[in-house]
Amino acid sequence: MQTYAQLVPLMILIPSIGAFINFFWGARVGEKWSSRIGIVASALTFVVAFLLFSYLTNNHNEAVIVNPAFLDGWIRIGNSVEIPWQMRVDTLSVTMMMFVSFVATLIHIYAGGYMHGDPRFTRFFAYLNMFLAFMFVLVSGNNYLMLFVGWEGVGVCSFLLIGFWFDKPDGVGWKNSNAARKAMIANRVGDFGMLMAIFLIFWTFGTLDYYKPGEIANVELAEEQAEEAAAEPSEAVVTEGEAVVAEGEAVVAEAVVEGEENVETAAEETGEGEAAAPSYTNNDHIETAQLGVFGQAERMIEEGYEVDFGPFSLPIQTVIVLITLFLLLGATGKSAQIPLFVWLPDAMAGPTPVSALIHAATMVTAGVYMMVRSNVLFVNAPLTSFIVTMIGAATAIIAGFIAMGQWDIKRVLAYSTISQLGFMVAAVGVGAFGAAMFHMVTHAFFKALLFLGSGSVIHGMEHGHHHVHAHGHDDHHDGHDDHHDDHHEEEFDPQDMRNMGGLRSKMPITYWTYLFGTLALAGIVPFAGFWSKDEILADSWLAGLYGTTGLQQFAGFIALGILIAAAGFTAFYMWRQMELVFYGKPRTKAAEAVEESVPSMTIPLVILGFFSIFVGFINTPSEFLGLSNIFGKGNLIHFLEYSLVNVHPYAPLGGIFNPLIGFAALGLGVTAIFLARSIYGHGHALTPNTADGKDPLAANPDTGAVWNLANARMYWDETYYRLFEGPFNRLSRFLADTLDWDFWHDYVHNVVIAKGFNAIGNLLSQPVDLGLIDGIVNGVGRLATWISGRLRRAQTGYVRTYAITLLLGVVFVIIVLLLPMLQRNG
Amino acid sequence: MVGTEAYVVLSMVLFILGAMGVLLRRNAILVFMSVELMLNAANLALVAFARQWGASDGHLFVFFVITVAAAEVAVGLALIVAIFRTKKSIDIDELHQMEG
Repeated sequence: MQTYAQLVPLMILIPSIGAFINFFWGARVGEKWSSRIGIVASALTFVVAFLLFSYLTNNHNEAVIVNPAFLDGWIRIGNSVEIPWQMRVDTLSVTMMMFVSFVATLIHIYAGGYMHGDPRFTRFFAYLNMFLAFMFVLVSGNNYLMLFVGWEGVGVCSFLLIGFWFDKPDGVGWKNSNAARKAMIANRVGDFGMLMAIFLIFWTFGTLDYYKPGEIANVELAEEQAEEAAAEPSEAVVTEGEAVVAEGEAVVAEAVVEGEENVETAAEETGEGEAAAPSYTNNDHIETAQLGVFGQAERMIEEGYEVDFGPFSLPIQTVIVLITLFLLLGATGKSAQIPLFVWLPDAMAGPTPVSALIHAATMVTAGVYMMVRSNVLFVNAPLTSFIVTMIGAATAIIAGFIAMGQWDIKRVLAYSTISQLGFMVAAVGVGAFGAAMFHMVTHAFFKALLFLGSGSVIHGMEHGHHHVHAHGHDDHHDGHDDHHDDHHEEEFDPQDMRNMGGLRSKMPITYWTYLFGTLALAGIVPFAGFWSKDEILADSWLAGLYGTTGLQQFAGFIALGILIAAAGFTAFYMWRQMELVFYGKPRTKAAEAVEESVPSMTIPLVILGFFSIFVGFINTPSEFLGLSNIFGKGNLIHFLEYSLVNVHPYAPLGGIFNPLIGFAALGLGVTAIFLARSIYGHGHALTPNTADGKDPLAANPDTGAVWNLANARMYWDETYYRLFEGPFNRLSRFLADTLDWDFWHDYVHNVVIAKGFNAIGNLLSQPVDLGLIDGIVNGVGRLATWISGRLRRAQTGYVRTYAITLLLGVVFVIIVLLLPMLQRNG
Repeated sequence: MVGTEAYVVLSMVLFILGAMGVLLRRNAILVFMSVELMLNAANLALVAFARQWGASDGHLFVFFVITVAAAEVAVGLALIVAIFRTKKSIDIDELHQMEG
């Protein structure tokens, strides 16, 4: 059984290999095999994820920490810094892996059809697989640094894929690459927060691990289950003696989640403490320094620990508030929350499969995953939780509002994604971590479905447009008509919903699946969104009622009110989209010529449509309509309980579903749908002339101003431009023109550096080189001449002189030779 | 029998005479003869010591010296003849063209 958990490195390895093959041999293997490699890699990760899931369910959902082979540690500096490359297989990470790999596989299949004929087809699949690899690094890591590696990796892939069509003509490519840069820059702000949080965590706790090996994540649950398990065998012990004790132990070991602990419990009762292996239902036996971040945080709060920052120190609660605020900043970047959400709508410049996979289903949920993973910290930081709730709720309603005024089919979905992420973040804020995960999973399915559906529509519109265009050339050889046609060609936007209409009969599969996605997103019973959204609402209600502080209660009620309104917005803008795209009559020739997409695109739609209906039942509320008898009660919540200490707020106080709130939200949703139908449906749809197409709400003087505000996206980008970009540009212009060019180049370079260089050069060449160096060299020469002039006098030329010199020399040599002899004798 | 000391003293006297001749005379022929004197002084000393120690090395050496001296005389006289032909003189004080 242990072997299954050891498979987890494959989650990263398989897509890495896929990306590697596609990067280096993609062009050689061709389009067909390139997509096959990508799809198979993705599908294999799902298989591995499923094996991990089955491992967990067969092993009492006990978390396993895996040290991948050949990777002995990761960062090790002396004895103080040790960050291992450890992978955590627990219920939370496996939940993420399951839905990410499943949705990714379908999107890979879809992309094979959608990207057909693209000149960089293989690179697209390489990027997708690379994204998957980094996503699994993100979710499977057991420490914040691995999370950060994945976090940055998916950010890079996001950048590459948003700007995938950077070379489109007529300035479109420029727009695409700008969108990619915008995403990158907005995320840099968030990453600053992540880094600060990681530094603070490391400073405070001396480790980045979530939990160390052997640590129990949810102590309460473990103890509860140990007690339950202990209750039964103890009776047996009393009545029947030792033989049964052994049996009782065996029963315990099988029946209980944290198997070993119960052996101890049973053993204590029979007085055989030593015989049983030491095992625990809590972490009291581990030293504080040996615990992971969360365990240490809880202990430090109990002890009232002060964190030393050199010149000052702060109480641990304050530090946790700081850490969580920085984490929140990171999450607002990656999960597109106020104030950093502006990049996500622009990110729709990427190919639609990318929007579906990265910017709707998986990557953008990384921020929420990170906060859910850090639930212990967030629960212990009431102030941050309040801010998180407010940010989530505000994002949910503002993005929902903006979505009502958009014409671009993908932009509506982008704002919808931001809005739904706001729901999840608000859920984290009120402490409903399980509900946030639940909504994340269901949202991944139906939002991927909607994006893929919109991609199918766009694809159809493009083909329809080309079709019409081609016929235009065939039919008219008249110069004027051609010219008119070409002009029209440039203006045509296949994503503009004003150009669509009446696609229901042209694309039946896309229509039906899109309808399911819409109903799921709008929260209509029994589609998936209903269950997950209403769990968030119910948990907000619980937080409002039973919150331990006034702040929590306030946040809970505020979140409930805002989120219900946002749910109404959701239903409205989604049905507006349905009416504009699928109902009514085609408003352009292109829309008339639309055909259904290829099977490789529609099959994933059908599968996702199926899941959009049924995926909500993975977490059926416990006391509702008897559904729990069929699908089980709150399965996801109970599954997650093993990794999350705080699955939902104030758990014992109520269920995870509140019929009153649920049906209030449902009623509001249905009302919003009928409202949207009365405004956009029937004969009230847009005029056929697309250029003048005006939204009925804009045409109405009462609502025109509000609609225009939504259409202008609340001037959010413009405000940022005024507040940040304008001053930044002015500052950089000042720095470039005045400071850099005038001062630095003209003055510093020309005057200070060039002239100074000349002066020093002169000094060195004239006095130093010519005077000093040459003087020394010439002096040596002159000295040699002078000495040799003296010496040559010795050469007289007279033989006599040489003879006497020779004689004296011989005498001298003899004296030297004889001297030691004389001394010896003397 | 005359003692070795006497031979050595005689050899010394002959050597000094030869040396003085080389240093003081200006006639090249005489300088040459003085050189021969010095060589033979040395020969005398060698022979004397050879007799003293009863070793034949000294005698052997003397023969070499006499041979070399003969060769030297031949070369030296030829040089002197050559000098005389160019200078019309054999006064060695006039031969100082090598002066530095």
